[in-house]
Amino acid sequence: MDLRKPIGYFFLLLGLILAVFGFITKDDVEMYKLSLGININLIWGGVLCVFGLLMLIPALLDKSTPEK
Amino acid sequence: MAILLIYVLVVVAIGFALKRYMKSSTDFLTSGRSIPAWVTGLAFISANLGALELVGMAASGAKYGMMTCHFYWIGAILAMVFLAVFMMPFYYGSKARSVPEYLNMRFDGRVRTLNSVSFAIMTVFASGISMNELAKLLNALLGWNYDLSLWICSGVVLLYVLKGGLTSAIYTEVLQFFMIILGFAPVVWLGLKDVGGYGALEGTLKQVAVAPQALGLGDKAYASNAWVSTWDVMFQGTAANPMGVDWFGMMFGLGFVLAFGYWCTNFLVVQRAMAAKNMSAARRTPLIGAIPKMLIPVLVILPGMIAVGLASAGKGKINQETYELPRKELAMEKCAAAVPVVREIAKSNLGPNKAVAKVGEQLKDLNAAKLGIVLQELRANPDMGDEQLATGIQRAAENDYSGVIFSLVKRFCPPGLLGLALTALLASFMSGMAGNVTAFNAIWTYDIYQAYLAPNKSDDHYLWMGRAITVVGIVVSIGCAYFAKMYNNAMDVIQLVFGFVNAPLFATFMLGMFSRRTTPTAAFYGLFGGIGVSAMFHGLTVAEGKGGWLGANLHQFPSTMSQNFWLASFSFIICLAITLIFTQLTKRSKSDEQLVGLVYSLTPKIEPDLTEPWIIRPAVAGTLLIILCIIINLIFW
Repeated sequence: MDLRKPIGYFFLLLGLILAVFGFITKDDVEMYKLSLGININLIWGGVLCVFGLLMLIPALLDKSTPEK
Repeated sequence: MAILLIYVLVVVAIGFALKRYMKSSTDFLTSGRSIPAWVTGLAFISANLGALELVGMAASGAKYGMMTCHFYWIGAILAMVFLAVFMMPFYYGSKARSVPEYLNMRFDGRVRTLNSVSFAIMTVFASGISMNELAKLLNALLGWNYDLSLWICSGVVLLYVLKGGLTSAIYTEVLQFFMIILGFAPVVWLGLKDVGGYGALEGTLKQVAVAPQALGLGDKAYASNAWVSTWDVMFQGTAANPMGVDWFGMMFGLGFVLAFGYWCTNFLVVQRAMAAKNMSAARRTPLIGAIPKMLIPVLVILPGMIAVGLASAGKGKINQETYELPRKELAMEKCAAAVPVVREIAKSNLGPNKAVAKVGEQLKDLNAAKLGIVLQELRANPDMGDEQLATGIQRAAENDYSGVIFSLVKRFCPPGLLGLALTALLASFMSGMAGNVTAFNAIWTYDIYQAYLAPNKSDDHYLWMGRAITVVGIVVSIGCAYFAKMYNNAMDVIQLVFGFVNAPLFATFMLGMFSRRTTPTAAFYGLFGGIGVSAMFHGLTVAEGKGGWLGANLHQFPSTMSQNFWLASFSFIICLAITLIFTQLTKRSKSDEQLVGLVYSLTPKIEPDLTEPWIIRPAVAGTLLIILCIIINLIFW
């Protein structure tokens, strides 16, 4: 099993959830006081998505069969 | 909450997906040697980066500052390179399935038993301790029921280890590795922003170091760079640095004896490398692990330093809420009850330490330096009201350093990110347990069960045993967790004893691997002697009120850390000496032919694989890593 795939899907999913949550709550100034006024959910959700894709894309492009 | 559930689903799914590969005991207990190097490399580091490490390193970062980085640099990198370049060929090449099994091949059954039994007990206790911490944490932070948290988390671990064996533990560790990095990085980023960047943090910490009393970090001034230097402050002497260690203890005790003893002989980490798919992948495992290892201090030690910086300023630059280092809880009634005693002391001329001793008769966990400040204020203003004084006493409680990391998570994480950070924490606890359980079941099945209780059974039988003992291991771990909850002091003693057992171990390995003359009897008695000397050393020296239980105090150490480093150094040297002497006195029981592949001088050198790019050859990559590590040390000198 190519571990890059589950890791990729997992973080892509997490990132999407976090980013969507961040987008919905983007006008909630009170909530983001904690994170210094930065919408950290939206930003970090994006980071997680990028990381997930970085894991996933090479794994999906890799056509060679795994050794086992 | 949703993030948590997804995490659990994914790890269990990995377990089930791997189930169809688990056909023999080797598949289950050693992964059938099939895993690529980047996976084992990250698991190698991750098995060590459990939640206790995360909590503990942030705590040390606050308590001792940047010197804590030595545990990641001198205390790991050299040893990991040594494992890759010199030792891995024997572990992997000998076809041993565990570290004790290697000892059996090189020496005999006695050495193997000593190592395997102590290791097996240690792993279940370690996982018990960490599960206890987890359940306590979930209870304190989220209000979850202690028993329920313990059993559910253990259940999840059981499910995926039972299905996927070592492979599934290793895969989860990699997932957890990324989870920790990506879960804590935003907290560190926000924290650093709030203290005004690293430059500003450095300035604040220099002020803290010369007046640590207010934060309860010490009762006298340290060198001004005590929190922001790794070496300079150590060369200024044990009184200048909060860790209270000297350069010899650090370099020989930690950097050589303890580091090599842990990274090169502890089956928990070595098992990850042994699961690699071929020799070069096995040798690359520790090298790949070394790269993140060097950088992880940013994630685990820096938060502790940030916490001290924030606490010193009282509040952040952007987040204007006040911040204080977490304290041990003191009940208000008890503090109120202590008011008359404190007033009495304020009238006399007792120093803070004596004052704490006196108040300590009724109130534990008071910090001397902080109480000293309360006394000063009271002397300056004798009319202070009872209520104000009681609050002052309550605030003079000892710092609870283990709470540092959660206090930052709570301060900076809005809902959403909070779920991610908590999941990262939970993940690291569970994978820590899985790591211990997989090491335990391999040792039990191969080195105890197959070796003594039931040799020559079919492989199916051992696979069955491996599965059964996984269940047993987890149940025993749960038992240990309850034990740790009830008898915290007993747990400290047990950990101390394991410290004694581990301290001399590397001497035995070194002599076994690099000298063909070392005899089994010599190795056995050397180990015993080393363990005995560790215990005696601890019984005859005192540090921070610990040790000295043999009745005499031959030496007073400035800190338990320093005592520990010197204990390891002594025990190593004694083990080395005894083994060498006994080697002269006893006959070899194994011929040169029997030791081929087990001893350095008798094993043909591995020719560098010329098809590989030169940069990833172990010797080359290892040297580069060491140079890089030296550069980092110089930057933060």
